[in-house]
Amino acid sequence: MNEIVPVVEMTDIAIGFPGVKALDGVDFRLFQGEVHALMGENGAGKSTLIKALTGVYTIDSGTVTVLGEPKRFSTPGESQAAGISTVYQEVNLCPNLTVEENVLLGREPRRRGSIDWKGVRSRTREVLAELQLDHIDPGSLLSTHSIAVQQLIAIARSVEINAKVLILDEPTSSLDADEVSQLFRVIRDLRDRGVAILFVSHFLEQVYEISDRMTVLRNGKLVGEYLTRDLSRMSLISKMIGKDLEALAELDQAPARTRASNGAGLTPFVEARGLGRKGSVSNVDLSIYPGEVVGLAGLLGAGRTEIARLFFGADKADEGTIKVKGTGQKIRSPRAAIDKRIGFCSEDRKEEGLIGDLTLRDNLVLAMQASKGWARRIPRRVQDELVAEYIEALDIRPANPDALIRNLSGGNQQKVLLARWLVTHPELLILDEPTRGIDIGAKTQIQKLVNKLAADGMSILFISSELEEVLRVSDRVAVIKDRAMVAEINNDGVSVEDVMTVIAGGAQ
Amino acid sequence: MSPLSTLTPLTVKKPSPARSRLRGGARYAPTLATVGLFIAMFAVGAGMYPSFLSGQVFLNLFIDNTFLIVLAVGMTFVILTGGIDLSVGAVVALSMMVSATLLQQGWNAGAVIVLVLLIGGGLGLLMGLIIQYFDIQPFIVTLAGMFLARGLCYVISLDSIPVTEGFFTGMAQAQIPLPGDLFVSPGVLLALGIVAAAFFVLHHTRFGRTVYAIGGNEHSAMLMGLPVKATKVLVYALSGLCSAIAGILFSFYSLSGYSLAAQGMELDAIAAVVIGGTLLTGGTGYVLGSVVGVLVLGIVQTFIAYDGTLSSWWTKIVIGGLLLVFILLQRLFARKAG
Amino acid sequence: MKSLSKHRLAWPVIALAALLLLNQVFRPDFMSLRMQDGHLYGSLIDIMRNGAPTILIALGMTLVIATRGIDLSVGAVVAIAGAASCAYIAASPEPGSPVTAATAVLIAVVAGLALGVWNGFLVSTIGVQPIIATLVLMTAGRGVAQLITGGQIVSVSNDSYKSIGAGYLFTLPISILITAAVFALAAVLTRRTALGTLIEAVGINPVASRLAGLRARNIIWIVYVFSAVCAAIAGLMISSNVTAADANNAGLYIEMDAILAVVIGGTSLAGGRYTLVGTVVGAFIIQTLTTTVYTLGIPPEVTLVFKALVVITVCLLQAPKARNLFTRLKAAPKPAAQEAVKEKVAI
Repeated sequence: MNEIVPVVEMTDIAIGFPGVKALDGVDFRLFQGEVHALMGENGAGKSTLIKALTGVYTIDSGTVTVLGEPKRFSTPGESQAAGISTVYQEVNLCPNLTVEENVLLGREPRRRGSIDWKGVRSRTREVLAELQLDHIDPGSLLSTHSIAVQQLIAIARSVEINAKVLILDEPTSSLDADEVSQLFRVIRDLRDRGVAILFVSHFLEQVYEISDRMTVLRNGKLVGEYLTRDLSRMSLISKMIGKDLEALAELDQAPARTRASNGAGLTPFVEARGLGRKGSVSNVDLSIYPGEVVGLAGLLGAGRTEIARLFFGADKADEGTIKVKGTGQKIRSPRAAIDKRIGFCSEDRKEEGLIGDLTLRDNLVLAMQASKGWARRIPRRVQDELVAEYIEALDIRPANPDALIRNLSGGNQQKVLLARWLVTHPELLILDEPTRGIDIGAKTQIQKLVNKLAADGMSILFISSELEEVLRVSDRVAVIKDRAMVAEINNDGVSVEDVMTVIAGGAQ
Repeated sequence: MSPLSTLTPLTVKKPSPARSRLRGGARYAPTLATVGLFIAMFAVGAGMYPSFLSGQVFLNLFIDNTFLIVLAVGMTFVILTGGIDLSVGAVVALSMMVSATLLQQGWNAGAVIVLVLLIGGGLGLLMGLIIQYFDIQPFIVTLAGMFLARGLCYVISLDSIPVTEGFFTGMAQAQIPLPGDLFVSPGVLLALGIVAAAFFVLHHTRFGRTVYAIGGNEHSAMLMGLPVKATKVLVYALSGLCSAIAGILFSFYSLSGYSLAAQGMELDAIAAVVIGGTLLTGGTGYVLGSVVGVLVLGIVQTFIAYDGTLSSWWTKIVIGGLLLVFILLQRLFARKAG
Repeated sequence: MKSLSKHRLAWPVIALAALLLLNQVFRPDFMSLRMQDGHLYGSLIDIMRNGAPTILIALGMTLVIATRGIDLSVGAVVAIAGAASCAYIAASPEPGSPVTAATAVLIAVVAGLALGVWNGFLVSTIGVQPIIATLVLMTAGRGVAQLITGGQIVSVSNDSYKSIGAGYLFTLPISILITAAVFALAAVLTRRTALGTLIEAVGINPVASRLAGLRARNIIWIVYVFSAVCAAIAGLMISSNVTAADANNAGLYIEMDAILAVVIGGTSLAGGRYTLVGTVVGAFIIQTLTTTVYTLGIPPEVTLVFKALVVITVCLLQAPKARNLFTRLKAAPKPAAQEAVKEKVAI
């Protein structure tokens, strides 16, 4: 392999931010015609490495060569000019423009200075056809398409640019299975045509399915570069998290949940009948009993979050009823839900959970303060007691109530958000992806906490993309597919395959 | 295997083509509503005052508002990127003051015009550079620009300076005859030329598309490798240039320079752009809509002038009311589309 | 957190101190206060008295801006409040009585309240962007004020009314006392209750706030009403000071001054964390500027130019990007200096 020149070679890269060394002496190579996965936990330095390669960050030291030529990128434009193209998770296109414009923006064919719109149309058609995406109308507004399609359009843009390197940063996070397979087909196509593809994903199975080689980072340092087929899942995980294999072992011995659930004669805490919302989900029949953990299983985009939002009143249901403790009809707003003692941890911590510029303390008591109203401030002494109690109970670090929440790590932020609800003593807690993007240690702590809360009598609606995790913590699993609830399974020894079968087969 | 209680699956709801088309149509709806409103107002005027229904009344809307049309063009560029330019009224006044003073001192009209355009464009460029490179809100920077330009007016003179120079007075009196005993001023042709140029730039050049892209999602535009910084700076320079041109047109119209002239004209320009269907959040809107917005403002004034019994302050109240109606309409469309 | 707030206020305070010092250098009696007929006089008192309306409006504006809003209509509210109260006094059978004055004040405050409710309604219930929502009242409001006054400047002669803007109490101008009282009220209202934290929460992350059960609608409503009431009181002060209502010019561009005061004081236009003290400092900076122009003997016409330059300077000093640039410029020759230090240590 020595004679082959890598398309991209990064040597001894270092990038520092005030107080943090985000990357420290990292080497990275990317070859033509390969799918290369960049692996590591959150904060390992994956995004930083990508941003260094795409010119969003400038490197402090080290060298970058593209096709043997040394480069120094200080803007995304420079990186793109060198043939490197990136598709981000949060699709970076312009929603107010058409598909064809997004594909060709900045590179429109021109005739005497004027954009040749016919040329734009035909070139877009060509590129879309090349990717077998002819069903997309080039003249439609980008905002009328799903995230998955928008991502494919972003890829079409990089094909149009004739990119030698395509970076896919968490492209599958919000895609369902069909969309993922369509995406993978396009990725393989491009790989076979000689494009070097850098792939980042939290989904291990996808990484094993698509990648040829992987580079593992940990704490901003390089762990190693491996051929995917030579590295077992187990050893990959241990390389990603370092020596902390105990937590892993703990995770693996999925405790069979045997808690008695939905016993006859009991009133469910919450009972939804025919619950639905136009353009969102429909026909949800689901009851959750006190002390019970109900898992929502289904692919991302199947409608899990939408259901959670209906239960919490974050979106208004326009069909069906929802009863709390046997009474009521509807939950019209988050406030109404909170008054009925329901709490909701959103999957989108940054946008829907944290108040970034406020302190740990302010964030922790926010829900409690909100339900008291602005006029009745929780006395500082009470606030301090509560905060101290939960910092200790949930092992929140740093244990500083005055720390700004945005400076905490993902796992600790999640714990503060959990605590925000726990102080309100909810009877139903809805957890949407509570363990996404946080390290394994915190993940285990949160799973244990869920068990303990249920044992104390709380009802919990648990949502996770990892089926194993759903099965590990839930007493009962509701299977969601294509924006409707298709099955309800009592979790007595159910395997991931069983659930997959249900999802694959739909209603039987 | 555990027992599976099955539930009725429902079909997936995907946006139907008809709905996408509706969304596409919604893009033009606010502007079309403005056009409809203009026609309706004209019809009402014609019904109430027979002399209203004349080609010249319509053309006068252009003649009396050439400067506002040009201002609205510049403002449309700025607002499309999601920015705002509060300095335009003051720059108009400054342009008038500079030209009146220099003409009084015997400068050549051509040289004066070039200098004024340089000052306006330069001031806009400077504001754009500060906004872009120091990351300060456009609102504040252009507000400071407004103070600066207005202050410079006071420094030049507190009194009104008449313009007697031949070219300017010639332009003030010139009439370009049109068939049917109608006429327009040369300023109207210039303003319409600028509108046409702006339309071409916005819809047929990469620069124009970048303006829309920035308004849609600035971060994306940056990551797509578009020249975001240069475009944003240039947009303010363009607006400054338009303000200078508007200042010259206003000089043709009023034949004087006065430091208190064009007070609050930035508000008229913003109102025209909003009424014309451009969203203040950026990314959506048309320069032709802004022109119709100016015409709507013009017809309100014409109306009040025709009536004779209504006091001038009704203009402000009506414009405020129109703004309100259009804002509510935009909310309605946004809700339907979302 | 304390070091942070110090940090945020550092530049505004330094700027104000520098301006005051400049005045002191050019006019040694600048800082001196004297007592005359039981009234306190001096340049500092003048600055405070003349700046009172701007401070008042800027206080309301701070809270509005903290919720990610902006209130462009305050100047129009000033005009309407002044017009309404003066028109009432002028038309009343007893234009000189204290009762008439009190009723006029009440009318102005209620007018402010109503206009604030209107702005709050557009922003919180209809969901219109604040800048446009208040643009409506900004445009229409002066028309309404002119409608009330019939396009005339309405003069009144009522001693009680005059004292709001020009009177003295406990040796101090009443306008200063009113402003101080409103500041205290705002401080207590926001810090003794949870209003301040909740305003910041809504401003920093409205979506998360809603999901935490916060009723943002009420909070947004409160800040717009507070802002309009502040503007109405300022309108009373301004009209009382000249004992007339001028619908065209009262409070003209005062919204700009107020927004500048907020920004110079260190509250970001992007919303979130705010500082009332910073705003007061910012308003003083703006007012002192005007005074400085006179002190330095600069022709008053130049005031605006001067103001523009100071505004840009202060904003540049606060902009993180500009700061980085300055520190980099300073840091450039640093390595050599550091090496020199190292050598010294080695020796």
